[in-house]
Amino acid sequence: MSDPDPRQELVEHLPAMRAFAISLTRNPAVADDMVQDTVEKAWTSFDKFETGSNMRAWLFTILRNTYYSSRRKTKREVADIDGAHTEGLAEKPAHDGRLQMTDFRAAFSQLNDEQREALLLVGASGFSYEEAAEMCGVPVGTMKSRTGRGRQKLAELMQLDEEDALEMTDDATLSVLTATKATTF
Amino acid sequence: MAQLGAKQKRERIIDENLKRVYDEAIEEGVPDRFRLLLEALKQEEQSKASPK
Repeated sequence: MSDPDPRQELVEHLPAMRAFAISLTRNPAVADDMVQDTVEKAWTSFDKFETGSNMRAWLFTILRNTYYSSRRKTKREVADIDGAHTEGLAEKPAHDGRLQMTDFRAAFSQLNDEQREALLLVGASGFSYEEAAEMCGVPVGTMKSRTGRGRQKLAELMQLDEEDALEMTDDATLSVLTATKATTF
Repeated sequence: MAQLGAKQKRERIIDENLKRVYDEAIEEGVPDRFRLLLEALKQEEQSKASPK
């Protein structure tokens, strides 16, 4: 009798690893190279993976370490992409609150690596603050402030201030919010 | 409390967009090179385990 090789599970995490890498680098070619490096590293160090623990968290940890160690090398490339994405940032969100995807991407690319990473781990991938903090080797409070500042910056870049949030609030709660706004400002 | 509501609303909008961008990348699927990579890694290991 033999336990199934945990490496069989690797393939299931590839789409998420790619999504994380693409969102972090904003460059699919660089992202795929990063994922490939990560798969190779993971494959040869699976003896260090604790059976029963969160494999995705483990793989993402290797992935982000790969990103930070290669960041210097790819910095120029990433900066060019930033420049291209910055245009057309001024549009306001659509009235239903669904921002133009390109606007959101443009805003997201303006965040620093740490904020982008924090939002991807907590906001998009569904890791807890505790898990994300452990993966990044920082205290939980740091992770919370990174996501907070990241969201704040995104809101500013997308001109999604509280008035916009109010505009997009449904009628039932609108009156309550408007009343509060009057007393706050 | 209502102001907190507005802030939460804003965060929700941000997180929804974040998830959409992320999910779109997930739905793209995985290029064939990764299937080939995993096959190559498996084969490499098998040839190490049972040298001919």
